Amino acid sequence: MNGSKWGSALAVLVVVSLLALLGFGLTRDADTLASPLVGGTAPDFELPKLDDDGMVSLSDLRGSPVVVNFWASWCLACIQEHPVLIDAWRTYRDQGVKMVGIVYQDTRENARRYLRERGGGWTQVTDPGTRVAIDFGVYGVPETFFIDPRGIITHKHIGPVTDEIMHREIGVLLAAARSPTGVEPAASSAGPPAGLTKAPSGGTS
Amino acid sequence: MSRAGVLIAVMLLAWPVPGVSAQPSTRPSVPVGKDLDALTAEVAAQLRCPVCRQLSVQDSPSDLAQEIKGVIRGRLAAGESPEEVKAYFVSKYGEWILLSPPKRGIALLVWALPILALGAGGVVLGVVLRGWLPGGRASRGERPDPASTAAP
Repeated sequence: MNGSKWGSALAVLVVVSLLALLGFGLTRDADTLASPLVGGTAPDFELPKLDDDGMVSLSDLRGSPVVVNFWASWCLACIQEHPVLIDAWRTYRDQGVKMVGIVYQDTRENARRYLRERGGGWTQVTDPGTRVAIDFGVYGVPETFFIDPRGIITHKHIGPVTDEIMHREIGVLLAAARSPTGVEPAASSAGPPAGLTKAPSGGTS
Repeated sequence: MSRAGVLIAVMLLAWPVPGVSAQPSTRPSVPVGKDLDALTAEVAAQLRCPVCRQLSVQDSPSDLAQEIKGVIRGRLAAGESPEEVKAYFVSKYGEWILLSPPKRGIALLVWALPILALGAGGVVLGVVLRGWLPGGRASRGERPDPASTAAP
């Protein structure tokens, strides 16, 4: 009956393997799945500003480290992370870091009121038809993308960001901005970071 | 015929089973003049709603699903094929967005395992039934010769 023993052992092995696979699948959260966008060039966008008539395009920010944050006034987790964003903005704006808030499925009035009440200061745009959010593979808000001076997404964070994540990921962006390979060799040599001087649109920054 | 011979014979009988799945092509062929709404619904039914996750974009009432349907429709209207539209969403959300796993790579296991399990079950059933047959050569009295299976 050696054969049947081997058969039973094989059957047990198969069942255990399948159960292990099932367990692995069930315990994985979509939030932890790697985004196919990380490591690639961020999708470009040109979106209307929240406060005035101007437009903001991501390609105009090329050369600077950029943090793109999708948010909405109705989103509790966004309220939770807002102080972190304010702190990061105050800490890093003088180092050439640009921040863009993209309002997700919200009214202009509610978004403006939210910012009046909670503060801000970085660029805010609206996303009519949620097209750019879909282009960025957004599941929901808040989601934050870290984009290096070459326009490459270095990290995507789903859910409220923490101080730790902001400092770590912006640190990565600033390192890329300082490294000679991180920024395309521009005409200006060793001067201030490219992002500080580059203002092709001439808008308020 | 030895028991090993019966086993091989049954396995050979069961072998074409996985191949059967390849013959009837169930690939959704899209008629050229198909209605845009119907085509949009067809693609939306194959994509997972990023918000509710358990529903397709077609079935989900969420705002994002409605916007995604708008994007699907716009891309189809612009001349993209359903496959190209799905590839766009995969490039943004990963293969997670597909409700049916792709028939390649590790995901192929999901499709192949049930067929293989069916084949293996058939083999086991065949061997057991063979033993039960009153006139079967592999009757209970016949002991398998270990030398015949262990022979080089």
